[in-house]
Amino acid sequence: MNILRPYLAAFAARFKTMLQYRAAAVAGFTTQCWWGGLKVMVYTAFYRHSVHAHAPMTLAQVITYTWLGQALLALQPWGGDPEVAAAVRTGAVSYDRLRPVDTYTWWFIRAAAWMSARALPRAALMFAAAAVLLPLAGLDAWSWRAPADATQAGLFVLSLALMILLGAAFTMLINLCITATLTDRGINTLAPAFVILLSGNLIPLGLFPDWIQPALIAQPFAGMLDIPTRIYLGTLSGGAAWAGLALQVFWTLTFVMLGRKGIAGVMSRLEVQGG
Amino acid sequence: MNGLFLLRRYFVTSMRAQLQYPASSLMLAFSALLTNAIELAGIWALFNRFGEVQGWRFGDICLFFGMVSISFSIADFMSRGFDVFGNEFVRTGDFDRVLLRPRTTTLQLVGYDFRLRVIGRLIQGLLVLAVATRALDLHWGVGEVALALWTIAGGVALFFGLVVLQATLAFWTVESLEVVNVVTYGGVQAAQYPLGFYTSWFRNFLIFVVPIACIAYFPVLAILHKADPLGAPGWFLPLAPAVGFAFLATSFVAWRFGVRKYTSTGT
Repeated sequence: MNILRPYLAAFAARFKTMLQYRAAAVAGFTTQCWWGGLKVMVYTAFYRHSVHAHAPMTLAQVITYTWLGQALLALQPWGGDPEVAAAVRTGAVSYDRLRPVDTYTWWFIRAAAWMSARALPRAALMFAAAAVLLPLAGLDAWSWRAPADATQAGLFVLSLALMILLGAAFTMLINLCITATLTDRGINTLAPAFVILLSGNLIPLGLFPDWIQPALIAQPFAGMLDIPTRIYLGTLSGGAAWAGLALQVFWTLTFVMLGRKGIAGVMSRLEVQGG
Repeated sequence: MNGLFLLRRYFVTSMRAQLQYPASSLMLAFSALLTNAIELAGIWALFNRFGEVQGWRFGDICLFFGMVSISFSIADFMSRGFDVFGNEFVRTGDFDRVLLRPRTTTLQLVGYDFRLRVIGRLIQGLLVLAVATRALDLHWGVGEVALALWTIAGGVALFFGLVVLQATLAFWTVESLEVVNVVTYGGVQAAQYPLGFYTSWFRNFLIFVVPIACIAYFPVLAILHKADPLGAPGWFLPLAPAVGFAFLATSFVAWRFGVRKYTSTGT
């Protein structure tokens, strides 16, 4: 247990610090309400008025998907850890190297804490608005529905935990890129494009053409929203749900291995800035 | 004329500074292009699956999207100073210096920074217009082109006005209010789809509160030679972008009021 203690402390410290940014959480929540509401209206129009609908999901499922996506937005890897970028820029990265801990694990834990602490208040507010307030306001058709059943809910919790690990592992790849190039500008503007399109954030992956579906499920970004959400909705159940979880585990391990190897390489020839 | 000369100097300085890092500027512009092009993939996928919706096709949406992207990119290019106004001018007290100089605040804030990266969104807008032209087999006569330019001008005025309003709020909030991004970036998003897609209170919001429909939906109907299925009078459609200018004028009235109320945070 002694080996784990510094990492647990790092997680707790970062988590508590990030929870303090309440105004940012409220601002994020407002934006997500607008985006979510807009999407719900557009999907409703498509489902109600289209000429030939042959969608694999019902409108209610797509709406729940949309709210879940907005609620879990901060769990998706939108860029590198700003503190890593600052450490690389100022030279404070040498402190991190001097700590008697494994740098990769240290940064990984901190990234996971950073993402989950930002996601928690946003998800809670989103749930209150979309799952509680909307039905009370009589907008039942627009609301966030409960999971398919208890089994799916349990699997969803598992998948959500894996989503956090997968997101943190991908964030570490971005951190690696920042450490190697000494700037976060390039990668932080490029990475979101992939996350938006391939995670299901833009539109549920299931609504893309049928011929591309196998490739969409297999790629790593599906585990960052689409797989947990499909499990929640019950469109991935039984063996397929377990396969989805296995994919998440597979990509997490792949990213961690790549990241560890990369960090070792970069750190061995890191030049510290600053005087 | 001296004002224009100064603005050119500001522009040249800004361009030179960014061209010191050509790779970075190019990459930022490319990412902007990519991020916006991805939106289109989503719209395409929806139409591919659902087909026509209320008589609207993929090409129509492209026309809305392209027009509003172009307007927003041009406004974004000119309004950076207002966009960062709260954080970079009010909170730091730097606005005092702006007020001391013998030129208008607007001129100085417009000249503050011209960001090259918005070219990405502009190019994306033009490409989407090209896609729309192909998909709908549009014929761009003199009338249509003039109407399109007029629509873009109205759109630039509206988006510029929104950023000026955001800056005005900073006189009281002391920091840039990100919430306004909801109506700028979110407005671009909302303007992609015809008004008929939305529920009635949201339609009214887009017509009367933040009149984005007047610089996208209505004039684009006129370009397409379509009547409004929701019943807006035909004579109004080509005139609608004028609302953008009215909005800009109102924003500047608010801005002047804010400047008069301004109390420095500086020491």
